[in-house]
Amino acid sequence: MKEDFWKEVGLSESEYELIKEILQREPNEVELGMFGVMWSEHCSYKNSRNVLKQFPTEAPWVLQGPGENAGVIDIGDGQAVAFKIESHNHPSAIEPYQGAATGVGGIIRDIFTMGARPIASLNSLRFGSLKSKKTQYLFSGVVSGIAGYGNRIGVPTVAGEVYFHPSYEDNCLVNAMSVGLMNHEELAKGFASGPGNPVFVVGARTGRDGIHGATFASEELSEATEEKRPAVQAGDPFMEKLLMEACLEVIKTGYVVGMQDMGAAGITSSACEMASRAGTGIEIDVAKVPCREEGMSAYEILLSESQERMLIVVQKGKEKEVQDIFTKWDLEATVIGQVTADGQMTIREGKEIVAQIPAKALTELCPRYDREAKEPEYLAQAQGYDLASLPEMEDYGKVLVTLLGTPTIASKEWVYSQFDYMVGTNTVVPPGSDAAVLRIKGYNKGIAMKVDGNSRYVYLDPYRGGQIAVAEAARNIICTGGKPLAITDCLNFGNPEKPEIFWQFKQAVAGMSEACRVLGTPVVGGNVSLYNETNGEAIYPTPIVGIVGLVEDLAHVTTLGFKQEEDIIILLGITKDELGASTYLSVIHGLEAGKTPEIDLELEKQVQQATLELIKMGLVVSAHDCSEGGLAVALAECCIQGKIGADVALTENIRPSSILFGESQSRIIISINKSKIDLVLQQLKKFQVPYKVLGSVGGDSLNIAGSGWKVNVDVAEMEEKYREAIACLMKG
Amino acid sequence: MKFGVVVFPGSSCEADCYYIIDQILQEPVSYLWHAEQDLRGVDCLIIPGGYAYGNYLRAGAIASNSPIMEKVIAFGKKGGLILGICNGFQILTEAGLLPGALIKNRSLRFQCENTLLRVEQTNTPFTSTYTQHEVIKIPIAHEEGAYVADKETLERLEKEGRIVFRYCNEQGEITPETNPNGALNNIAGIINEQGNILGMMPHPERCAEAILGGEDGERIFSSLLAWWQGGAGR
Amino acid sequence: MFKAIITITFKKSILDPQGNAVHKALKSLGYEDVEDVRMGKHVEILLRGDEPQEAETKIKEMCSNLLVNPVIEEYQVELVEVEV
Repeated sequence: MKEDFWKEVGLSESEYELIKEILQREPNEVELGMFGVMWSEHCSYKNSRNVLKQFPTEAPWVLQGPGENAGVIDIGDGQAVAFKIESHNHPSAIEPYQGAATGVGGIIRDIFTMGARPIASLNSLRFGSLKSKKTQYLFSGVVSGIAGYGNRIGVPTVAGEVYFHPSYEDNCLVNAMSVGLMNHEELAKGFASGPGNPVFVVGARTGRDGIHGATFASEELSEATEEKRPAVQAGDPFMEKLLMEACLEVIKTGYVVGMQDMGAAGITSSACEMASRAGTGIEIDVAKVPCREEGMSAYEILLSESQERMLIVVQKGKEKEVQDIFTKWDLEATVIGQVTADGQMTIREGKEIVAQIPAKALTELCPRYDREAKEPEYLAQAQGYDLASLPEMEDYGKVLVTLLGTPTIASKEWVYSQFDYMVGTNTVVPPGSDAAVLRIKGYNKGIAMKVDGNSRYVYLDPYRGGQIAVAEAARNIICTGGKPLAITDCLNFGNPEKPEIFWQFKQAVAGMSEACRVLGTPVVGGNVSLYNETNGEAIYPTPIVGIVGLVEDLAHVTTLGFKQEEDIIILLGITKDELGASTYLSVIHGLEAGKTPEIDLELEKQVQQATLELIKMGLVVSAHDCSEGGLAVALAECCIQGKIGADVALTENIRPSSILFGESQSRIIISINKSKIDLVLQQLKKFQVPYKVLGSVGGDSLNIAGSGWKVNVDVAEMEEKYREAIACLMKG
Repeated sequence: MKFGVVVFPGSSCEADCYYIIDQILQEPVSYLWHAEQDLRGVDCLIIPGGYAYGNYLRAGAIASNSPIMEKVIAFGKKGGLILGICNGFQILTEAGLLPGALIKNRSLRFQCENTLLRVEQTNTPFTSTYTQHEVIKIPIAHEEGAYVADKETLERLEKEGRIVFRYCNEQGEITPETNPNGALNNIAGIINEQGNILGMMPHPERCAEAILGGEDGERIFSSLLAWWQGGAGR
Repeated sequence: MFKAIITITFKKSILDPQGNAVHKALKSLGYEDVEDVRMGKHVEILLRGDEPQEAETKIKEMCSNLLVNPVIEEYQVELVEVEV
């Protein structure tokens, strides 16, 4: 072994010293490799765990919080929903198709590992400017990778979001979320309990792919990594489909003690995590692991990240029954070891012991770091930018059409039409609305889901940006008629060893935690992706929120499009003079500056509750959240989706650009039948929610009148711009 | 009327088809595993969509050689009703039960979207409850759905009135712009010579309930039932 | 032992959308001389036996039974003897 081999596996000198202390001896090469991956940020959360403690994680409906393969919440009738989001950023930046595909595969495995049948996938994507050839290559590769895997496995991809911003030029973000449905009694956990119970490896054979992927995910990308192109794994969705069906079948037998998928750090992490959770040990003979290639060393077998594999602990004596199910699905299932009582992770190669480490040393004994945090210097200047001096525009209609044709705002049909969003025949609200809704067959209820995150807000004020990420995700659920229940988060940041990055991270998590508390949506799982930097340049801080809500009655399902002539349009919430951090500033003035919009979480809660109550009373015809592009873009989207115009008056005494394109928070546009106006206004007064009657639906253009200015654009013109923008750029 | 839904490793729309028969049509239905050799006395077979055997090699190629297909072919040749949807259509062409083949979409991408179809034939067991040239909305979701066949085959299909569905617009016009995938003659679905085997790329099981945005697909299944109850089953 | 190298392409009469796309891409990169692009599949099969005639018959059988769809595809086989 080389003297500083610990460096090669990504450990620091102090970590190396600590390992010697734990083992009371020098670790060998295999053991160091195992420590290297398990103590990487990707597996250990050593830089983030202390910060993540702030998240509220409990609620009466939470059945499983963070720490398992996925979070699980109760949705009544003995049913539960398992869901989680995870990043696959670095592999996707290097090989977009396979990187994204295996990201989808990995998160789907996390869901069926819990005993839930995956019923929906979502994704959150970030790329550089779509005008760049490299972005187009990454974007189309990632989208077809998600399609290639998701469509083949037969799980619908129902919602997502895509933003384009130069900070992601060389470090795109691919966050994949999966949602599964199960009955309470089917909940399976990653516990290696019961000494003597056999340990199976099932599914694909182990090859030399992705060795050190976890360590790779915890390093910055540089020209050197591009050169190395570390083995990115290739996925086999057909194998995963069989694995999913077989695992769900085997869980139903009741013979499974514990199950975990093999993602980052392969057999090493799944085995030691399962043993560590159960307080047991585990003994594995690597010679028994079916390999795809000849002559693989113990080191390679232990750290391989070959996809579509699971580790399963089964009741002793039920080996045959379990094996038969996998055989039926044409899958290999091999006993490679057993659970032990000694708390040790013992690795053999035949007779010889090649590694022996206390299981908890790999998991719980990993040091945690409180990194130094320091407010970045850019912030004061950017926030203090004098927006009052900006000129007003001459033609707001033109600005509106330009914004609608901006890739970040434009329709994502080019993306989601490549995803099978209908398979399973549950998709009641397909992509293109505020959130997706899936019905639950056999019941009159559904679940709403969405991913969301605006990194410009976080960049300009991480705390507020974090609050808004949660609030806006919840607002999306409300707008479709659901009650937000819980979230999963994917925290994409730069190098945490830089105090400015760590400060962003801490602030954002604090803001998210606060919003989760006020809005009553605990965090039940998630993923941290740090070191998203290229040649020293960090991405914009990008916390992504994945959220799930319950639609109690399918009659509550609401979409954003205006529906019929003469309906009254009402805005809930308050429009302020807030242009800071807006898409308008970025697109029209080339400015990423000003203050992130204020957010009053109590007001947010009131607006959300009032909207949901009105929906439940059957009074709401359409509902849409105001977000990127402000009120004007939101109104335009309601018109485009409804293929109908609107006449509104915006009379606030603030500058027109702020009224139209400012991104004040906690605002929802609803339309109602005009015969219900008195009832609705009476209710809004009762809820003490600020509101404004804006106008009415009708005609074939969007007419907005202010004091001394107006906007008048044909719906057809807006629709063309909105729908064609991305496809046009991709035709190149 | 007894239905059977054939399941291959990699099928993914089998449960959706099962649900339509069981819950919407409320007729008996069972799954038929690809490794079985017994069709369990069903009156109609559904070959569902998905990626049977990963669609490796060619869409439908490996599935068309799996054990159950021998029985399926014999069943079809004796006049048994078979409905192949999407991947099911691909499998039926690979198995030689329907002429032609399905190749990659013109866009080279997977396409999931609603399409409008003109019903070209109503005198089939699958379409009797539609009206001639009715325009219906049924979604597609495929990457290899462009129907191709040689000139003679196409001419025969046209002459014998075996093209059952064509992609069209709201007015029922068949134009290159209404063709989502590059299928020859805008073909979305065809029937065999004896009129008992229908293959179609669009997914009728995905629009058989109002809550999913349309019910036009339901009538394929109710046509089958009506045809059966109208005498064929006796 | 024989190694059969099978090249499967679309028949000339069948539209080859992938080939066309690559053709266009090559042209846009400045390769104006590209006359045509056909995409296909490459299959290698290792086959036990020592009778070349028999091997070729078997390979052709495999092609017509599974590997090739004669409705749209055509193929060429190259057979080479390899050391066991």
